[in-house]
Amino acid sequence: MIDPRAARTADPTAPAAAPAAGRPALEIAALHKSFGATTVLSGIDLAVAPSELVFVLGPSGSGKSTMLRCCNRLEEPDSGTILLKGTPVTGAGVNLNQIRQRIGMVFQAFNLYPHLTALKNVTLALRKVRGLSRAEAEARAVEALTQVGLADKAGNHPAALSGGQQQRVAIARALALEPEVMLFDEPTSALDPELVGDVLAVMRDMKSAGMTMLVVSHEMKFAQEAADRVIFMDGGSIVEQGPPERIFGAPEHERTRAFLSRVTGG
Amino acid sequence: MTPLERFLDTFFNAAVLAKYAPAILQGVWVTVELSVLIVLSGIALGGLLACVRAYRVRLLSFGIVIFADIFRALPPLVLILIVYFGLPNAGIFLSSFVVLYAILTLILAAFAEEILWAGITSVAKGQWEAARSTGLGFTQALLWVVLPQAVRLAIPPLTNRAIAITKMTALGTVIGVPDILNQATTAQSFSGNASPLMLAAVAYVLLFMPFVVLSRWLESRFAWRKV
Amino acid sequence: MEKFAEQFLNLEIMAAAWPTVVQGLWVTLLICLVVIPMGMAGGLLAALASLSPRRAVRWPMIAFVDFFRAIPPLVLLIFVYAGLPFAGLDISPFTAVAVAFFLNNSAYYGEIFRAGLLSVGTGQAEAARSTGLTAGQSLAHVVLPQAVRNVLPDLISNTVEVVKLTSLASVVSLGEMLHQADLARSVTYNASPIVLAAGIYLAILWPCVRLISRFERRMAT
Ligand SMILES: Nc1ncnc2c1ncn2[C@@H]1O[C@H](COP(=O)(O)OP(=O)(O)O)[C@@H](O)[C@H]1O
Ligand SMILES: [Mg+2]
Repeated sequence: MIDPRAARTADPTAPAAAPAAGRPALEIAALHKSFGATTVLSGIDLAVAPSELVFVLGPSGSGKSTMLRCCNRLEEPDSGTILLKGTPVTGAGVNLNQIRQRIGMVFQAFNLYPHLTALKNVTLALRKVRGLSRAEAEARAVEALTQVGLADKAGNHPAALSGGQQQRVAIARALALEPEVMLFDEPTSALDPELVGDVLAVMRDMKSAGMTMLVVSHEMKFAQEAADRVIFMDGGSIVEQGPPERIFGAPEHERTRAFLSRVTGG
Repeated sequence: MTPLERFLDTFFNAAVLAKYAPAILQGVWVTVELSVLIVLSGIALGGLLACVRAYRVRLLSFGIVIFADIFRALPPLVLILIVYFGLPNAGIFLSSFVVLYAILTLILAAFAEEILWAGITSVAKGQWEAARSTGLGFTQALLWVVLPQAVRLAIPPLTNRAIAITKMTALGTVIGVPDILNQATTAQSFSGNASPLMLAAVAYVLLFMPFVVLSRWLESRFAWRKV
Repeated sequence: MEKFAEQFLNLEIMAAAWPTVVQGLWVTLLICLVVIPMGMAGGLLAALASLSPRRAVRWPMIAFVDFFRAIPPLVLLIFVYAGLPFAGLDISPFTAVAVAFFLNNSAYYGEIFRAGLLSVGTGQAEAARSTGLTAGQSLAHVVLPQAVRNVLPDLISNTVEVVKLTSLASVVSLGEMLHQADLARSVTYNASPIVLAAGIYLAILWPCVRLISRFERRMAT
């Protein structure tokens, strides 16, 4: 099995004096982002502890995806800092391709490569970025596919997989690189209801294996069971956060209450 | 002679056919050689240009677009005549074979660039993002993720275009490339009989028909992509 | 460099060749005016025949289309122009061009119309027929407009190819633009007249080529 907590070789760019324990896996500070005249993120501060699952809630357009995409710089932040285990993600001179291997991302639309088999979807980055031999890459890909329960589908192209299976392959593609943090952007929103469970089960397994996860989703039940902390975003900032029991049971802010009653009650 | 006999004597004269078949066969090799060279280098060059354009360096892209536009807009024969008759007076001597090869290669490259570029831009943005999110660099994402998908989309139109342009090797006749048509027209004027032309037409059809049928098959196979 | 300018961009020679080249331009436009409508009409018929439910109509038509897609237009033109007189059919260069282009263009336009007709769902014709339109009316008023819209970029693109192909008529000494320019070239021993003709082709066709690229990009997204 791939242990997501597997020790990495010391990162030369990390400040040597910083203590490894007690530091957040992912630290976002004063993150701002606008698209033209629209401000999408206005000062996000968030620290995700190692092995923590942070669940992000919020109405459509509140900036959840943008926040996630700033974390691996698919979107370029206007200002603010992001640190991965103390290593800067933002700023000039960052080796983006190296840092991105340490941050896995799962997309709403899966974004599997349609011309490659499930196995090759997983091995591509292992071979081209990590420089593993074909045999090494395939061994590791099979492990990752086993972890998501799809070792038997290794030879299938995405078109021959169900939506849920495609999303699990996409998770395996990220997992195989042994990331330190995983970002999920509405991983089950594009799935038929009966296929959602399999994907959530895989995410639960990852959580219990100790993966650090930042999850944007509307699966409230999953949040209640698996999240360590729930964050409610609106209008580009974090309105409220806390353990799931409190956010769902006794939300403090009117906006949170309104949102929750709309998605659960309505 | 009955009309039928006359027709057969004009277009299928056995003696004339036998006499000039070897010359026309020589022409077949010239045509095949040119076609293979043009297809290989034209598509390679077009692919390279489409890839360069993906980097979106303003000046480079502009140059590529101008190149592709000019070579798509001008009749091939115009380009061939300008180069073949113009260059010697400017002190540059190229054989007619080289002129024909170079011009048709550039024309195919221009079309291939446009077709592949359309393919590259039609690959979903999420494909780039997924690739980049796993640490692949821009060039790696282009080569391993985006280009293979673009090529798939491009194969039917590229096949059609490659056929149309290799057929233009017949234009070499005008500047004296000893291709099929050239051999046939020479033979026709020596023999005073149209049989060599008929043989040339048959040779072209035999040569290109398999590719036309292939392109029809490719189109029906890839047709689902349009809906 | 000077040698190049002298050989390719000699303004004096261009000015002298201008009337001759423009004379050719009119012939080029006249050829276009004849062969483009003819090719489109032939292509539409070929497309309809190649979609016929009757195999005896469909297969010969597909073979016809593929045959003329396989044969180079110049070969066809020379065959018609130089070959048919041997069979006692004396024809003018213009007729030869018209016949060869009709066969070649019908095949290419035919493939495009065929794809266009196939892209319109059968429900459209059925709906039209259900309101009492005849087969011809349903084709003309319902199916064909949609088919044409769906393949408009290909139609424009092929028409550009046809305009470019008219330059082949120079080979059979029809006095179209390239022929006239080449005439001036052979008198002056200078390529500038052909460059002038190239400039005129560009002025006509560049906007079309731009338009096609625009279309392709729109389809892609
Ligand atoms: N590339 C972009 N260009 C312009 N506006 C964008 C872009 N991406 C997102 N936005 C805008 O930013 C806002 C937040 O989007 P997003 O982060 O996707 O929200 P969420 O994921 O919470 O639904 C929306 O108003 C959206 O329209
Ligand atoms: Mg979103």
